[in-house]
Amino acid sequence: MINRLTGSLDFQTEALVLRAERQRLIASNIANADTPGYVARDFSFAQALRQATGSSGGPSALGGPITGDVMAEGFGRGRASPALRYATPSQTNLDNNTVDMDRERASFADNALKYESTLRFINGSVRTMLEAMKSHNQG
Amino acid sequence: MSMFQIFGISGSAVSAQSQRLNVVASNLANADTVAGPDGQAYKARQTVFQTTLMGQRGFGMNAGASAEASAGVRVSTITEDQSPGRRVHDPKHPAADATGYVTYSNVNSVEEMVNMISASRSYQNNIEVMSTARSLLQKTLQLGQS
Repeated sequence: MINRLTGSLDFQTEALVLRAERQRLIASNIANADTPGYVARDFSFAQALRQATGSSGGPSALGGPITGDVMAEGFGRGRASPALRYATPSQTNLDNNTVDMDRERASFADNALKYESTLRFINGSVRTMLEAMKSHNQG
Repeated sequence: MSMFQIFGISGSAVSAQSQRLNVVASNLANADTVAGPDGQAYKARQTVFQTTLMGQRGFGMNAGASAEASAGVRVSTITEDQSPGRRVHDPKHPAADATGYVTYSNVNSVEEMVNMISASRSYQNNIEVMSTARSLLQKTLQLGQS
């Protein structure tokens, strides 16, 4: 029963975890902006989310009835870490550092905003659910 | 929660940058030093940064790749610039050698100023990263409260 209540949040939860992971990765890149020989890394969010949710589409893929098997599988599978890719440098650097500060800062701001929007989506879902649980008398 | 590790990552970067700033400050302070305690002119110092892996695993993530993912910074060594110092002809100077030349330190102040600005910008960047992470975490904590 509780699976059905939280099932609709699964997609956003996966997205939130991946956003946090990406945020950390970009923070690592920014921290190592002056380290000689450091290679900037990133991962494809879309690909990682597809891999994490095992679906091809957005939340609509979860629209069907959620069976116990799916949930059990979801818990058993664990969370695979996304495949990291190396950034190709736009300009060569004498110390072989491939961190492009402009790109990293843009990615950081973009990712922070999207993290926040995912939070809002979750908040909205929770509020909708709470609203549905309320009886008429309380309203 | 992998977001908490951002403080470790950016914190290590901030402390490395402040150490770099410290070295720049001592280089600039000694730009006109004639002779140190050992009788030699001051040699410019440079910090060497190195990536250090923050060993913690992300929540629910597989061991290998995730532990590798968070990379902090540390100052591995501080090297001394071995290039010869600036020599100025000044026979009346008390530290002048037999040919009348005084050896000053080999600090290049233009280079140090550039280094200082770069360190200060990187410091600011990392502080900004931390404050963004802080506000995101705060919003995460308020999840479900209206």
